[in-house]
Amino acid sequence: MNNASFGHKWLPIGLLAPQLVITLVFFIWPAAQALFQSLQMEDAFGLSTEFVGMENFVSLFMDRLYFESMFSTLVFSFSVAIIAMASALFLAVLAQRVIRGGGIYKTFLIWPYAVAPVIAGVLWLFLLNPSIGVLAHLLAALGINWNPLLNASDAMWMVVLAATWKQISYNFLFFLAGMQAVNKSLIEAAAIDGAGPWRRFWTIVFPLLSPTSFFLLVVNLVYAFFDTFGVIHAMTQGGPGTSTSILVYKVYSDGFIGLNLGASAAQSVVLMALVGVLTVIQFKYVEKRVAY
Amino acid sequence: MSKQVMLAASAVAVLMSCTVNAATEIQWWHAMGGSLGDKVNEIAEGYNATQDQFVVKPVFKGSYPETMTGAIAAFRAKQQPHIVQVYEVGTATMMSADKAIYPVHQLMNDSKEKFDPTAFLPSVTGYYTANSGEMLSMPFNSSTPVLYYNKSMFEKAGLSDADAPKTWNDLELVATKLLASGAQCGFTTGYQSWVQLENFAARHNVAFASNDNGFGGLDTELLVNNKAFVDHISKLEQWSKTGAFKYGGRASDAASLFYSGECAMYMNSSASYAGIKENMPNTEFGVSELPYWPSVIEQPQNSIIGGASLWVLQGHPKQDYEGVAEFFSYLSSAKVQADWHQFTGYLPITQDAFELTESQNFYQENPGTRIAIEQMTAVTPTKNSKGLRLGNFVQIRDVVDEELEQVWSGKQSAQQALDAVTARSNELLKNFERVNSKS
Repeated sequence: MNNASFGHKWLPIGLLAPQLVITLVFFIWPAAQALFQSLQMEDAFGLSTEFVGMENFVSLFMDRLYFESMFSTLVFSFSVAIIAMASALFLAVLAQRVIRGGGIYKTFLIWPYAVAPVIAGVLWLFLLNPSIGVLAHLLAALGINWNPLLNASDAMWMVVLAATWKQISYNFLFFLAGMQAVNKSLIEAAAIDGAGPWRRFWTIVFPLLSPTSFFLLVVNLVYAFFDTFGVIHAMTQGGPGTSTSILVYKVYSDGFIGLNLGASAAQSVVLMALVGVLTVIQFKYVEKRVAY
Repeated sequence: MSKQVMLAASAVAVLMSCTVNAATEIQWWHAMGGSLGDKVNEIAEGYNATQDQFVVKPVFKGSYPETMTGAIAAFRAKQQPHIVQVYEVGTATMMSADKAIYPVHQLMNDSKEKFDPTAFLPSVTGYYTANSGEMLSMPFNSSTPVLYYNKSMFEKAGLSDADAPKTWNDLELVATKLLASGAQCGFTTGYQSWVQLENFAARHNVAFASNDNGFGGLDTELLVNNKAFVDHISKLEQWSKTGAFKYGGRASDAASLFYSGECAMYMNSSASYAGIKENMPNTEFGVSELPYWPSVIEQPQNSIIGGASLWVLQGHPKQDYEGVAEFFSYLSSAKVQADWHQFTGYLPITQDAFELTESQNFYQENPGTRIAIEQMTAVTPTKNSKGLRLGNFVQIRDVVDEELEQVWSGKQSAQQALDAVTARSNELLKNFERVNSKS
């Protein structure tokens, strides 16, 4: 690779400055603040502060509920990622085959992405609320005892559904773009050789989509970990019991409702580390080893 | 576009009024949305019109937690409002921050504003009063839980107003008859911690927490795994199996069960009255007092309040606080209070406001609205029915929700749940004591 060189040292720094400042102010500074807070115990108003070292982390990892929350987060995130990707892929395949009015279908399928998570939560809550929801009444008519207020797995399905619905659009876009990038001649060659649409998809298109799929897997997991707070907040507030209290919701309820900044900061540091790991996996493993 | 023009015009108007009057602005952050918010603005305008030295400016800050955390964050950034509305569960947090708050009794004293603490209803102000008898915050919107019942469902079961249950034993019989008449559920409850545990304790004169329910100090522990509570929750658990009781979700989510006619009875705040009226326009409903267990107490104690009060924050020029004091006098005047009480369904905070409302025939025209006040004022509050002062109370309520939900779903017994509530809450209380005892 050629090393391009600048005459002045200040020009490249100046050009990078806006991005550096944004990163510093919106990412590095809050992250450092969280690290700092996680080592302290403080009252709500910040009138007395005590340095406690790792104590916030110790009590976090001594807490049975924290591990339960971690487990719910994993169940939730993988369910969202897998269901959202599978349905998006299915829709993308169908949308690509549509000849007339394809643009309209595609627009409609992308639409839910513009809906804020809280709104998505409220929408689905209206549909699935056991006493007023249309879908809940339908389920009751089918003889299914649907009660997300008390049944933990019903509640989990409900939040997974709302969070998934919102994410399908994003995945759909990427899969659609990925499929359009597949070289037509490969498919035509396979068709001439007598491979049916089913076979063509699984042996040609699907493997060629693997970089997109792995990218989406990481993005979806990160989405389920962090951006779904609004869905949980609007639909279950972590209940019943603590069954849908995922990690990011716990950060919010301990920090912003409970005003326990130390414990909340310690939890965000743990989350930060988790995302770090996911990102490393994406860069080191996924980006290099996806086979074509 | 027109919105921008209007904004600009109002900005100009504000600027002009400032230059003309040079009035001191008093910021009032609150959590009253919708029609309640309009009423808050009306109160502020009413006060602003009485004088030209101060301008009270109400700012809607979202939900209760949002308003409180917003004000605390603003305090940390030295941008705090003069007055902030804080829900009752935030009381201990506010109180412990003695460098941040300006106690109301002291404020009134310093600004030489006429202030008579005995004019207030003790069962309302008790919640916000120190053990020494000094009022710390100004009660604003207070309510207390009552029992609502659906009259047409009662009729169908052959019941009349006279059958509205006074005791939990009555309630069991009524629920059985309702179920027999085809009702899907006997009763449901909003805010299960507030109604079924906190008010249960007050009404039965049982301690909810040590240290006089936390009024006596920070080293407080919960006492809810005692027999009276366990018996009550076990009974609810049994009823949840027969359908006499149905759990309808956290906060006021259970309201939809009552609105839809699924449950015939509903326990929640007296301030739910307006909402029920609006959502059940064609159904008549009655109001009665919160039931009690005669086996625990012969004559029930008063219930305790929920809602919010106004806290004054320190850090503004001395002269501003004269305006705050003056505004508080205006706010607690009988006329303003009676209007607020009648419009919102919240309790009046002074005896005068109650009497004025009565003389205006409001209670006769709106049957049921008086029940809450009677339930609050029938007897003198005891140390168990004065209120609760618990650190990290918001989380304690969440803990109660989480553990009780596992009783209703059959995952654990009442005893197990209340033991867990006690253990988990004591951790939270210990934590609160630790971070607050030094300040």
